[in-house]
Amino acid sequence: MKNALRELRRRPGRFVPVTAALILLTVLLLFLGGLLDGLYIGATGALRAQRAAVVVYSADANDSIIRSRVNETTRAKIERTPGVTAVGGLGISLLGAKVPGETTLADAAVIGYQRPPTGVPAVPPPGDAWADRRLESFGVRVGQTLRLGPREVPIRVRGWVEDTNYLLQGALWVAPETWRGAQNASRPDAPFAPGEFQVVVADGPGDPAALARRIDRATGNETATLTKDQAVLASPGTRQQKSTFNGIIAVTFVVVGLVVALFFALLTLERSPIYGVLKAIGTTTRRLFAGVLVQALIVATAAFLVGGLVTLGLTSVLPARIPILLVGSRAITTFGGILLTAAIGGAISLRRIARIDPVAAIGTGT
Amino acid sequence: MSALQLDHVSKVYRSGDDDIVALDDANLTVATDEMIGLIGPSGSGKTTLISIAGGLLTPTEGTVLVGDENITDYDAKELTRFRGEQIGFVFQTVNVVPFLTARENLLVVGELSGGRAGRKQAATRADQLLDELGLGHRHDNLPRQLSGGERQRVAIGRALMNEPQLVLFDEPTSALDTHLGEQVMELIRSEVKGRGTAAVIVTHDARVTAYCDRVVTITDGRLAETATASA
Repeated sequence: MKNALRELRRRPGRFVPVTAALILLTVLLLFLGGLLDGLYIGATGALRAQRAAVVVYSADANDSIIRSRVNETTRAKIERTPGVTAVGGLGISLLGAKVPGETTLADAAVIGYQRPPTGVPAVPPPGDAWADRRLESFGVRVGQTLRLGPREVPIRVRGWVEDTNYLLQGALWVAPETWRGAQNASRPDAPFAPGEFQVVVADGPGDPAALARRIDRATGNETATLTKDQAVLASPGTRQQKSTFNGIIAVTFVVVGLVVALFFALLTLERSPIYGVLKAIGTTTRRLFAGVLVQALIVATAAFLVGGLVTLGLTSVLPARIPILLVGSRAITTFGGILLTAAIGGAISLRRIARIDPVAAIGTGT
Repeated sequence: MSALQLDHVSKVYRSGDDDIVALDDANLTVATDEMIGLIGPSGSGKTTLISIAGGLLTPTEGTVLVGDENITDYDAKELTRFRGEQIGFVFQTVNVVPFLTARENLLVVGELSGGRAGRKQAATRADQLLDELGLGHRHDNLPRQLSGGERQRVAIGRALMNEPQLVLFDEPTSALDTHLGEQVMELIRSEVKGRGTAAVIVTHDARVTAYCDRVVTITDGRLAETATASA
């Protein structure tokens, strides 16, 4: 083990190619993971923040908030469902917002709500909004009046909230009538009636899936109720993004393993004569293999550290609107994955090391 | 007690439908402080003989005793342990680990014994051996900073690290010029004799056999005593 470390220290040059390759792969993994997290968090904050067990859609909405409508009659049935302790309406409109002094429209999600989600204060007075900090990158400031949609409905920014966005649009949390006004102004052909929302969030004790089934029975299947976790994944594109990114990440981990396997296989081939000598003088295969494994893990760790710093540097110079988010849990799982695949890659050399015949150390004929 | 005793040892390799007899009913006894030369043409069975004597191969037939240890039926794990404890090897070509200093090359053997006390003892012994081999000023040099003769002396030091019963030399001077070769052989003889260790030296070089107590010839796997030499 000590000798493996000595080789790393005294011959760093021979480990440069594999370390460089692993640094690039680390940057790729962290970048992909950061994009996935940024997209997921940016697209689902409004739903993740809900203090509710379930989200109730109209049955014909195909789990889409934009297509869903829940009227007052249905809502009353939901409220009467056994086990339901709290109900709140929720409506979301995706609109462009004119920001004073800015030429570019800000991408906004105007969200009318009744039950304040986590991190969002009580419902503001009509015409006011709690704005998500994402809108700061569009030049939005507290106290400004934004003009929403084609009818330029005015909304004054009252203060900031965080991680509450929907489909990467900056959230503006408003009173239900403010949302309804903005929505009906942009879609006068399909106005929402007073008391009508797109979805209803409901809370209650026990298993959320059971609560969801009870609500749908109580409404005579006029509704399709999802647990909050299901609703988050049902946000447009979220599931597809996750599976696509996770697929690319998985393939990248395989490449990490292949790079390590190939490098140490070549190194083992080159070291075969000296391994033969070491085996002849009593070194076990296990000890030689442990040295390879230690080297693979140290190279992977060094590459991760450098790759992490490079990724931090890169993301710090990217425009704020690119939805990349580096979170600690992602870094930890990426590091764990790199170590695991490096160990598996290094383990490929075990067979080769085991097959080295110490007799080969003796250079004469038979 | 002898350091090495081969009784009716044979080694047969299977090649397709043919049997190749590499060693044929070999009998050899090496006394505890005896130094013997083993000569023979290429393919005669020299490597097979020292591989069996050193626990690198097991015989097809016969008995192999090293000191009082019968290694004939040892499995691979037991042979690995045996080599680490009882045998010293000096090889012809690749010999020392290129990224370890002279001292660390000796300690590779010490580390096999394990334990903090064992390691401390090994460090002291490595320093002593390097001093005795005239490498006192080279402890911390890497092999590339050493001459061919110095590298071979490091290899001799490593072979003696575990205080073996038997040291096996495979063409120890073949990569050295005549002068260095003589120096190394004098060193081998003085170290082996000074420690009461037995040695078998495989060689093609008649000048090497002059340093041996006895010379054994091997031809087509058969051993024959040819001469008695004296240094």
